[in-house]
Amino acid sequence: MLKDITLGQYFPGHSPIHRMDPRMKLILTIAYIVGVFMVSNLPGYALALAFLYLVVRLSGIRFAYLLKGVKPLRFIILFTFVLNLLFTEGETVLFSLGFFTLTAEALESATFFALRLVFLVMGTSVLTLTTSPVQLTDGLERLMRPLQRFHFPAHELAMMMTIALRFIPTLLEETDKIQKAQMARGADFESGNLLARAKAMIPLLVPLFVSAFRRANDLAMAMEARCYRGGDHRTRLRELRYTRLDAIGALATAAFIAVVVLEGRLLG
Amino acid sequence: MSIVIEHLNYIYMSGGPYETHALHDVSLTIEDGEFVGLIGHTGSGKSTLVQHLNGLIMPASGRVLVDGMDLSDKQTDRRAIRQKVGLVFQYPENQLFEETVEKDIAFGPKNLGLNEAEIDRRVRDAMRRVALDYDALHDRSVFELSGGQMRRVAIAGVLAMEPRVLVLDEPCAGLDPRGREEILGLIRDLHREAGTTVVMVSHSMDDVASLAERVIVMNHGEVVMDGTPRDVFACGEELRGMGLDVPQAAQLAQKLRERGFGIPQGIYRIEEIRAEIARIAAQGGRHA
Ligand SMILES: Nc1ncnc2c1ncn2[C@@H]1O[C@H](COP(=O)(O)OP(=O)(O)OP(=O)(O)O)[C@@H](O)[C@H]1O
Ligand SMILES: [Mg+2]
Repeated sequence: MLKDITLGQYFPGHSPIHRMDPRMKLILTIAYIVGVFMVSNLPGYALALAFLYLVVRLSGIRFAYLLKGVKPLRFIILFTFVLNLLFTEGETVLFSLGFFTLTAEALESATFFALRLVFLVMGTSVLTLTTSPVQLTDGLERLMRPLQRFHFPAHELAMMMTIALRFIPTLLEETDKIQKAQMARGADFESGNLLARAKAMIPLLVPLFVSAFRRANDLAMAMEARCYRGGDHRTRLRELRYTRLDAIGALATAAFIAVVVLEGRLLG
Repeated sequence: MSIVIEHLNYIYMSGGPYETHALHDVSLTIEDGEFVGLIGHTGSGKSTLVQHLNGLIMPASGRVLVDGMDLSDKQTDRRAIRQKVGLVFQYPENQLFEETVEKDIAFGPKNLGLNEAEIDRRVRDAMRRVALDYDALHDRSVFELSGGQMRRVAIAGVLAMEPRVLVLDEPCAGLDPRGREEILGLIRDLHREAGTTVVMVSHSMDDVASLAERVIVMNHGEVVMDGTPRDVFACGEELRGMGLDVPQAAQLAQKLRERGFGIPQGIYRIEEIRAEIARIAAQGGRHA
């Protein structure tokens, strides 16, 4: 189900991680992922896991909840694992069956690739679980602001993201309701061949689009009625400010990356 | 054909941060031919409950039996259940999608696999029941109609399934007084003439008072009262404590009683209070 995906969901709270500045969280998440991609041996991944575990504990979210978010992606991860296993060239043959040979290099690269994906998902999940969508886009806008000098539409992009994020749950709810209403009239969304299923979507999609356009229209009018004119000259209700928490977070992440690099040099 | 609900529990988003226990141990039986009014404050679980009646959502625990068939049972034919128990959602006009009124109303019967002639008969019959003129409207686009007409097309779409039980979730929400009267009138006729069992969710005590033979009150996911309108609306204090109220006639009766007029307890219908006032007026005074 769509609702099982923790990526992109917000888990309200007041932990130190929640209270960090969204800009810093964005930067540190990217830094953490870069750090994980630099890891080249198993102890390094253990370290990355330990760091992530610490952050999750601080945020007050159950670690199991984060793992649940990886579950819907298990097939993609398995798929890339198998692909890597099959197509990585190597010399140290571990095992051979017909034309298939398993090499140590392939096993290593497949494992590391899968682990990177898992960490990528979990790392970004921590960001979205602890940062409300509004804060997140606010942070993004501020980070992209320097690009405005080159006519990059930072504010417009952020506003579009905010609106999209705001309406995703509404539209999901609406889809659920329309689907149920059509099922009450005997509609069947689950059986039949591909063509039959595609046709069965019409009673769902038409009302959904009608309602989405109506909402878009209402929203545009409501924004105009309140004199929205785009990004220039807008003041904010909540200014973003870096605090001690952000400094601590930055230092901790920097330390993590330093250790990963050193450890890679020493062992790798 | 009765609907039996036994120890029904339902939880939204089980295990997540926004888990909501929407229904707590609900047990009740809806008998053939009844007219049930379902009332309760916003968020009390009315919509969740009615969606269990035709198997759109499945209990977390407990059972729902329609005509003796357990809806959670894999063997039960869901589509047959949905034909027997028609559900009209809140703002049902949002589900319209076909090019013409006729085609939209025919959607349900088509899904039942009926033949052309039978579908045509049902479309005409359903339009007659909701007082839409077939000849004038059948090939109009649904999106060209007025709000009240769209609502009636949507209701006709469910009636065309010819359900034995009709469940309506706030059928009058967002309509003007005339539109409300029309919708209520057609529900009343359906119950009287076709003998359809009706379960109507409503926020209007007056609508419930004028139609229902039995009133079920929900609060925080539990059924807290279940009885005749006379008994339920006699409990003004309890109802107000749950964010509800009594019908206007009962409010007026209470006010008159406080001023010392001898109005008997248990009055909740407009006709009753009118008769009482006429009687007092005829006697020409207070403290009759
Ligand atoms: N799709 C959903 N996902 C999560 N929670 C829901 C969902 N639908 C309803 N709820 C929650 O379940 C509880 C019962 O809701 P329900 O819609 O059944 O109430 P209701 O009595 O119909 O209210 P109303 O009078 O406002 O229509 C509420 O707390 C509501 O927030
Ligand atoms: Mg409701």
